[in-house]
Amino acid sequence: MTAVGMRQTAPARARARGLARRRGTSVVMIALTCVAAALAIVPLIAILAYLLKQGAGALSLDFFRNMPKPVGEPGGGMANAIVGTLMLIGIASSVGLPIGIGAGLYLAERGGTKLADLVRFLADVLNGLPSIVMGIFAWEFLVRLVGHFSALAGGAAIGATMIPLVTRTTEEMVRTVPQSLREAALALGYPRWRTSLQIVLRTALGGIVTGVLVAVARVAGETAPLLFTAFGNQFWSTNVSQPIAALPLQVFVYAISPYDEWHAQAWAGALVLIGLVLVISVLARFAVRSRHGRAND
Amino acid sequence: MVARMTDAMATSVSALEPTAPTAQTALAIETRSLDAYFGSTHAVRDVSLTFPQNEVTAIIGPSGCGKSTLLRCLNRMHETVPLARVEGTVLFHGRNIYGAGVDPIALRRHVGMVFQRPTPFPTMSIRDNVAAGLRVQLGERLDRRQVDEIVERALRQAALWEEVKDRLKSSATGISGGQQQRLCIARALATAPHVLLLDEPTASLDPLSTQKVEELVYELRSSMTVIIVTHNMQQAARVSDRTVFMLSGEMIETAPTRALFTTPSDARTEAYVTGRFG
Repeated sequence: MTAVGMRQTAPARARARGLARRRGTSVVMIALTCVAAALAIVPLIAILAYLLKQGAGALSLDFFRNMPKPVGEPGGGMANAIVGTLMLIGIASSVGLPIGIGAGLYLAERGGTKLADLVRFLADVLNGLPSIVMGIFAWEFLVRLVGHFSALAGGAAIGATMIPLVTRTTEEMVRTVPQSLREAALALGYPRWRTSLQIVLRTALGGIVTGVLVAVARVAGETAPLLFTAFGNQFWSTNVSQPIAALPLQVFVYAISPYDEWHAQAWAGALVLIGLVLVISVLARFAVRSRHGRAND
Repeated sequence: MVARMTDAMATSVSALEPTAPTAQTALAIETRSLDAYFGSTHAVRDVSLTFPQNEVTAIIGPSGCGKSTLLRCLNRMHETVPLARVEGTVLFHGRNIYGAGVDPIALRRHVGMVFQRPTPFPTMSIRDNVAAGLRVQLGERLDRRQVDEIVERALRQAALWEEVKDRLKSSATGISGGQQQRLCIARALATAPHVLLLDEPTASLDPLSTQKVEELVYELRSSMTVIIVTHNMQQAARVSDRTVFMLSGEMIETAPTRALFTTPSDARTEAYVTGRFG
């Protein structure tokens, strides 16, 4: 208005001042959120950078191919621990995913009942349970009962830690599926169970996979429960009823050793563990995306 | 091949078909003293109505008058909402759908429904969306070519074939809202229902898509009974043979559409259709 030479009235000036103040507030708040976002990823970047710096040196093809070797002997690797961790993740997932996804679906689709409230509450309690407690529990009921440590006991222990995580994310994701989609399926003559499994669960699949990956990533690094269950193994073993090596356990053993050589191997082991989780995440996402893109019969 | 499919459907239909052809066969649906509730809210009050076969019946009335609830009582969708219940009788080809031993899932396979907002299944392709009802109703009894034939026929019927025939395998959420709604109509038509319930099917559509849906409704009467709930009186006048006027859960008046709009017998109907309220 001043540009065309008109005099501003008092309310117009007040409006202009108010606008300037709102713009100022907006700029400050955006800057603050940017800083917060940057700070949030600093630890991640720092950890990755330090891991790469410390661990990359000890990484070689031998690390993936060879078994652990005595101190002083070059070319030692963690082949057994890498396979062991993959097997443990597999066992844990086959325990944790069906139960977790099933429970989450129940909570979301039949959430109003007393039983649902109880299950939801217990899942939250279980989520907060220290993983070492889960380990002791698994030791008491799986290891002691059978009489020896085993991959199965380890997988079951970390699988149980997955259950509440997967349950709660599945519930959240299934809840985001609009009610209108359920009605559309019911109106087409879908029974309830097919509506839940084929329409609702499939629609929520992308989000559930994200939740599952978070759970897998978390249990892949679990060390405490494995101490009492999978126990670790210096030798090659793929027998699920026997003790099995795992990356976190191997990293732990090497890290508390007095040898520089083993320390380097521990760093490399940690790096491989993170890499493993990353690869699993990318593969799972890729699998889901290609399924969604393709028209399947 | 298609004949085999029709046979399969006929067998599953027979349970709900009338045993003896009487005067009632001219009626697709009849309600007798129908009441519907949401908890303590009495949404539909003592409604007795007949819906003649192969006619389009429009249900009009102001917001909250119970017209959608009434519609949802006709395929037993009302009861899927928590705390909802229904009293009274709804005859589908002479048989009470609220009677003992009637499976609501089987009923819904003969009474298709399309909702206010388009509801394509987002994880399925256009083709799979249309085939969704077929697959759930007939299972593996159809081979790929039969499904393709039925999908094409349903899409042509819904005036969508020309627009999507080259991208049947792409996602159903990638087409416009108007196309999605016609896709939902095609999905309902694919299973050849006896009755099609439309709950404000054009409420979220642009004028051109609305016109296409209206033309479609007009043509459907030759092959099925259509009941359409609408806010739009012009729409009711354009597409329907009979019109039902509802107010506060009660059925006020039902008459042939022209008569209801030109010479309504109830003062409240006249007030509504002349735009004095609602």
